[in-house]
Amino acid sequence: MLTTEEKHKIDHEISLVPSPKNACIEALKIVQQSHGWVSDESLKDVADYVGMSPAELDSVATFYNLIFRRPVGRHVILVCDSISCWVMGYESIRDRLYEKLNIKYGQTTEDGRFTILPNCCLGTCDRAPALMIDNDLYRDLTVDQLDEILEKYT
Amino acid sequence: MEKPLTQHIVPGRAPLSLKEYEKVGGYQSVRKILKEMAPADVQNLVKASDLRGRGGAGFNTGLKWSFVPMGPEAAKPKYLVANADEMEPGTFKDRVLLEGNPHQLIEGMIVAAYAIDASVSYIFMRWAYKVAAREIIKALDEAYAAGYLGENILGSGFSLDMHLHTGVGRYMCGEETALLNALEGKRANPRAKPPFPQVSGLFGKPTIVNNVETLCCLPHIINNGAEWFKGLSKTGDAGTKLYGISGRVKTPGCWELPMGTTIRELIEEHGGGMQDGYLFKGLLPGGASTDFLVEEHLDLPMDYTAIQAAGSRMGTGTMIILDDQTCPVGFVHNLQHFFAQESCGFCTPCREGLPWVEKILLAIDKGEGKPEHLLTLDFHTKYLGPGNTFCALAPGAMEPLQSALKYFREDFERHIHEHHCPWSKAKVWQPSI
Repeated sequence: MLTTEEKHKIDHEISLVPSPKNACIEALKIVQQSHGWVSDESLKDVADYVGMSPAELDSVATFYNLIFRRPVGRHVILVCDSISCWVMGYESIRDRLYEKLNIKYGQTTEDGRFTILPNCCLGTCDRAPALMIDNDLYRDLTVDQLDEILEKYT
Repeated sequence: MEKPLTQHIVPGRAPLSLKEYEKVGGYQSVRKILKEMAPADVQNLVKASDLRGRGGAGFNTGLKWSFVPMGPEAAKPKYLVANADEMEPGTFKDRVLLEGNPHQLIEGMIVAAYAIDASVSYIFMRWAYKVAAREIIKALDEAYAAGYLGENILGSGFSLDMHLHTGVGRYMCGEETALLNALEGKRANPRAKPPFPQVSGLFGKPTIVNNVETLCCLPHIINNGAEWFKGLSKTGDAGTKLYGISGRVKTPGCWELPMGTTIRELIEEHGGGMQDGYLFKGLLPGGASTDFLVEEHLDLPMDYTAIQAAGSRMGTGTMIILDDQTCPVGFVHNLQHFFAQESCGFCTPCREGLPWVEKILLAIDKGEGKPEHLLTLDFHTKYLGPGNTFCALAPGAMEPLQSALKYFREDFERHIHEHHCPWSKAKVWQPSI
């Protein structure tokens, strides 16, 4: 069930576009913001609300890299795996994260704290390697910095 | 040396507020066009300035605008969209403008919207640019409050709304028709052209999509004229350019310099030269989807004309350096993994061809390559090239591949003959998903 607050936010997005369907991505973002991901149930709720079939909405939801259709941890680590970060050796960062968190790309730590995902170029190539945790960007990374960075996220 | 686009950007310092921006001449171009110029005058001035699209394609901006139907009979509302989706690997120039001076972009967008008589505008920005989003929201509020946006701007009768739309991540969104689908809440598949967006774009209405850097040039062209803009360049292609370098140079970064600055000057003076212990081997001049250039090209001016004549494209103007200690096969494999993953899957050659290319490159990189693999790669560069796919994604992907096969063929052959990567093992690119 969409909450009153979610409905209110989605209504605002619908008011900005010609047809409610046009606001479906915004609606998915709103639901994901409150739940962390988009469950089948949420997907169906949003589809009903904007007048789409669940299948049609899922074709949109699964198209985009950052609509999560599976549960994620409280914090999502996005590791840039594109060319400049590769040239500058991002793999040591990734491997250290794997080791420290005992998970790999696409997995979530048992305590639900972190999910780690690969991500396309973050647009900060002059300061590679880079990663993002939630809304925070980290760049010029070395493996020694990782402990301190991860500690900020509980 | 004039740096109109970045003169008020100080790294590490908050961007200018509206008041501060006005003090240094901000929004003067809006006052000028609303008072003295008709939309057609703005179009003609920009056409005469030879401003070419900074997103990569390099099309004359004024000419692009001229295809928009004008006059009372034209369909309404018309839309202007700033393409701030910057997702081309190796590209980080628009981030500088978005974070550093959001009012300049808004001012440029008002100029562009006025030129095509658009009443609604969007900034389509990638999700990752969180700082930029925060600064733009702040700047939009200020611009609305000061009457530069909204109804009847500065009493001129011209009205314009402007919204920030943040995407949810997909390289395709940078392609202008796919971007329009994303804005409409659809999968970001590209659209068939014609009709071109200028005639039937967002919600079926006339629409212009311009790159952030392109839009940021506009206030300066209005204020200083077409001849001034052309005079900023060292060559026949007008203006300044935000150039960038990433890879193993001493001081990677982004700099606004005269258009036509040579590649050598960029690498040696601005990039500080190669890092100690690394030698230059090649570069992609303007993002992942441009052809390699090598040593013999270093004295070329970085502009649309010269780089195209050398068989590549200036693209976004942000170059990625390949050094001697990085495996060229691994480098291209990383790029093809990206393109295969980001293909929207709509047309068959791209959907099927790019993963095939990626698999072959992985095999070669792991030492499992066969001599005939090179012919299969050659085949793909032809059949995924221009004219064989629905949009420019796959042809763009083939640019670094075809030029790597040309300039670094021996390195591909060594992998195959020696059954391993001659570079360090750690450098074998192995995507984990």
